[in-house]
Amino acid sequence: MQYMVSVITDKPGLATEQEDAAIDVFNDRLKAEGYWVFAGGLGGPDTATVIDSRGAETLVTDGPFLESKEYLIGFWIIEAPDLDVALALAAEGSKACNRKIEVRPFL
Amino acid sequence: MNSADVHEAITRVHRDEWARVVATLTKRFGDLDVAEEAAAEAFATAVQRWPEDGVPPNPGGWLTTTAHRKAIDRIRREDKRDDKYREAQLLYDDDPPPAQVGPIGDDRLRLIFTCCHPALAIESRVALTLRMLGGLTVPEIARALLATEAAAGQRITRAKAKIKATRIPYRVPSEQDLPARVSGVLTVLFLVFNEGYLATGSDTDPLRPDLTAEAIRLTRLIRTLLPGDGEVAGLLALMLLTEARRTARVSAGGELVPLGEQDRGSWDAELIAEGHRLVRERLAAAAAGVAPGRYQILAAINAVHSSARDVRDTDWSQVVALYDQLVHVDPSPIVALNRAIAVAELDGPEVALAAVDHLAEALAGYHLFHATRADLLRRLGRSRQSRAAYDKAIELAANAAEIAYLTRRRDQLG
Repeated sequence: MQYMVSVITDKPGLATEQEDAAIDVFNDRLKAEGYWVFAGGLGGPDTATVIDSRGAETLVTDGPFLESKEYLIGFWIIEAPDLDVALALAAEGSKACNRKIEVRPFL
Repeated sequence: MNSADVHEAITRVHRDEWARVVATLTKRFGDLDVAEEAAAEAFATAVQRWPEDGVPPNPGGWLTTTAHRKAIDRIRREDKRDDKYREAQLLYDDDPPPAQVGPIGDDRLRLIFTCCHPALAIESRVALTLRMLGGLTVPEIARALLATEAAAGQRITRAKAKIKATRIPYRVPSEQDLPARVSGVLTVLFLVFNEGYLATGSDTDPLRPDLTAEAIRLTRLIRTLLPGDGEVAGLLALMLLTEARRTARVSAGGELVPLGEQDRGSWDAELIAEGHRLVRERLAAAAAGVAPGRYQILAAINAVHSSARDVRDTDWSQVVALYDQLVHVDPSPIVALNRAIAVAELDGPEVALAAVDHLAEALAGYHLFHATRADLLRRLGRSRQSRAAYDKAIELAANAAEIAYLTRRRDQLG
């Protein structure tokens, strides 16, 4: 079963050197133990563009679809047998990147 | 067997076997929904058939077999409709059958941990536990939660959907996670008990013995399943000693009777004896070096009260010493408030009031903070301030019997 492990932040700016190092260690562990599927960091909300093609014309809007103090800044996709394993890994990931984490299953 | 006997037999079997049937089926089919529905159908079949056919010699076995058949029927129907049905399964423990036979291998224990999983909202844990383990109906759960039936039903449905979609496992947590997870289960049971012990709502009965009884029953079950867990024993003892005072706690006029004014002769001696046995068991463990948790300490405090034949015989220094221990485990302002109440008996209301006033900021919205202040101010002869504190306590209180008591106390002020 795959889980999306989203990194939520409320502080602008990239990860610190220390956070980066901790994330590397965590990533290595995910790979070594077979949980790793994919991971990546994202640009902040000011780099977002919203596209809406539901109507006749395509609408292009600058900015995130939802303005909020906290936003998505990166994610892991992990393969885990159940939620307990996913949550335990997310707890370590949160420590490594020093940010809040949201866990959701892929359906 | 007449129909009243059959009815009574069904009620008893429902109480004793519901959780086991649901747990066994969840294990077999890996799906709470299927298990719950099949168990409900099996009991409905029993209600239909037993008055005519008689109660089978092994009612639990009969129900499990019947529920099993119902579940297979349903899965066949669903399979036809949706091939993907079985893909989104609750994860059950598919390790080889455990070597240890006994409580830890009991499916009901798995069910408890699934229903009380920390990824579920606390209200959902309560609702799910009452449904899956307690066998309460949705209307009964709605009454327990003071929610509408639609809202209670939705809570259960959503919780089951989350368990399924996120694969909340159906197993006893690893040894490393066990203490935290057991503590989560006990929180759920204590919440159920407390709602029965001091029901919220001005038009609700002040006591809900159905809820305290259910909480005790489920805690007893967990005690059988985890006999070595000190906090489980502690919570059970705490509930039993509290329940023992139930009838003495509300007067004929519907007013709350505080501990010091209760008719101790009407306390339930049997429950007290059982509670004291558990407390002694935990004291022996503590003497052997096992640090007691909060429920064990709370139970010990209650045991000091239930050991005193008259309120004047209460060993207050022992109560304060236990609160000192509790503050270490749980440094919350509510514990500090309760400690101050005991301090008033030992060192006088003035010392206690100073301690209580320290908590003003943290507990400004808590009715018992104001009620405690009101009582201490009254004892110090500061009527005007006492009255203001009673007013505030009455405004914040939610229990009908408590409001009646506080109002009378306020009106008695000179």
